[in-house]
Amino acid sequence: MNTEQIINPANLVYKKPSVLNDVNMHYCPGCSHGVVHKLVAEVIEEMDIQDKTIGVAPVGCAVFAYKYLDIDFQEAAHGRAPAVATAIKRLLPDRYVFTYQGDGDLAAIGTAETIHACNRGENIVIIFINNGIYGMTGGQMAPTTLVGMKTATTPYGRNVELNGYPLNITPMLAQLDGTCYVTRQSVHNVANVRKTKKALRKAFENSMLKKGTSIVEVVSTCNSGWKLSPEASNDWMVENMFPKYPLGDLKDI
Amino acid sequence: MKGNEAIAHAAIRSGCDGYFGYPITPQSEVMETLMELKPWETTGMVVLQAESETASINMVYGAAGCGKRTMTSSSSPGISLMQEGMSYMAGAELPAVVVNVMRGGPGLGTIQPSQADYFQTVKGGGHGDYRVIALAPASVQEMADFTVLAFDLAFKYRVTCMLLADGVIGQMMEKVQLPPFRPRWTEEEIRRQTPWAIMGKTPDRKPNVITSLALQADEMEEINLRLQGRYREIEKNEVRFEEIMCDDAEYLVVAFGISARVSQKAVELARQEGHKIGLLRPITLYPFPTNEISRLADRVKGILTVELSAGQMVEDVRLAVNGRIPVEFYGRMGGIVPSPDEVLNALKEKVIRK
Repeated sequence: MNTEQIINPANLVYKKPSVLNDVNMHYCPGCSHGVVHKLVAEVIEEMDIQDKTIGVAPVGCAVFAYKYLDIDFQEAAHGRAPAVATAIKRLLPDRYVFTYQGDGDLAAIGTAETIHACNRGENIVIIFINNGIYGMTGGQMAPTTLVGMKTATTPYGRNVELNGYPLNITPMLAQLDGTCYVTRQSVHNVANVRKTKKALRKAFENSMLKKGTSIVEVVSTCNSGWKLSPEASNDWMVENMFPKYPLGDLKDI
Repeated sequence: MKGNEAIAHAAIRSGCDGYFGYPITPQSEVMETLMELKPWETTGMVVLQAESETASINMVYGAAGCGKRTMTSSSSPGISLMQEGMSYMAGAELPAVVVNVMRGGPGLGTIQPSQADYFQTVKGGGHGDYRVIALAPASVQEMADFTVLAFDLAFKYRVTCMLLADGVIGQMMEKVQLPPFRPRWTEEEIRRQTPWAIMGKTPDRKPNVITSLALQADEMEEINLRLQGRYREIEKNEVRFEEIMCDDAEYLVVAFGISARVSQKAVELARQEGHKIGLLRPITLYPFPTNEISRLADRVKGILTVELSAGQMVEDVRLAVNGRIPVEFYGRMGGIVPSPDEVLNALKEKVIRK
């Protein structure tokens, strides 16, 4: 194929989703956020719900999610996204409302808001990026940091006696009567990217079926925080994160 | 009815879209009354009991971002928990109504009435340079009237408007004429009135983003300057107060809320004894009636400020007076409400006999 054939729209096999803004992202090369953002954009575009979708951004690396997705957004205080989303969905019930939160936001400072929004069965989507570290503030220990894992605040590795255990919150959420769909995915290879997209689509569809809360956890890499190359991060995640946070559906009603 | 119940009725009648709250004495009747009235079946208003005051205020933040008339109510310890959210709402320029039926502190304190959250309210209780409009009702009627007014002021200036009541006004029963019903705004009205609201991005506009984040210093300063400009407008336009027997007064009492009710009786008793006393009751604590107090300071010989605290508003009275005449203070704390006789004695001992 020559260049002219390649750029011929008839031969187009892939394009950036229109809901994803054409701007440089602040995410580190190799970070999972970019892929998940793209999947969210694709799902919104394919479901044709751009004018009905409202996102709630967290505090953490994804604090600027609103810069990358071409939809209405509200930026929540640290951990409070599920409370903010609760009110938006209650007052605008025909909108698709989702939160996009990291492990610190969802499973540390916002644990109460997360559990209670799920327990009330709010008809929202919670997208949970679990990379076991605080990326934005420079790589400190997260609730999901693995035992022995080195971070800026566990320089000798997470020590159970000192720091407690990693919080495996998603199975806890699956136990709540208010959740309808709880799944754990990853985006480290093409097959899993496709699975994650399917899960996101199902979660968004659920939010109009009055079935309750849908949670899509994405076990993710933070190569900057982990101090590994993007490729080595993927391998490290498969080897270390997946045994503690195994992929698959935890609940699907 | 009770002051707290009047707030609930007035909220529904003011076209409120959502109430989010958490129980705390002495204001739980607000949510209890709303739940009993079931406005979701009539006006469509959402009423939700949240898991904490932190969640409540962030629900208000979310709903306010949608351009909806939204409120919460609490009492002192709960209001402390809400300060983070109120700072975010100030930064994101969102209109909302917050009711504080004050109780005695600090800490868990007491469930008895107090006015010790004055500093927290009018000096900006959360982080950053911001203000909330503070209305101080002194009757059950004003609890109802100011609920409606609070929504109007909040949307006029895109700020939080607080009803700073106290446990007495919340719990006491008086006759009240409820405000007329006005409908909730339709989505079309919201799109027109509050074009910044997040309602779903339509093809005709760019996405709306509600945030208080601006990492660039110059951008953040610009936001601050805009907010300060708005606060100057509020100070120019929205000062409210009531003057009782001030025309011929030789001495003045300044008090708000229940303290003003007690002080009014004390003023009447003093006048029976031949003392020419007037009462200035600030209705807005922010913006404060600085100019009016300054004007009166040229005519009277001394001022007594009466509060249910160790003396908080008295500092703003002294700023207004600027040292021209003596400004004394009388207050009780911890949930104790003084009698009119106590105030009268304080007037005689601290002000008149000087």
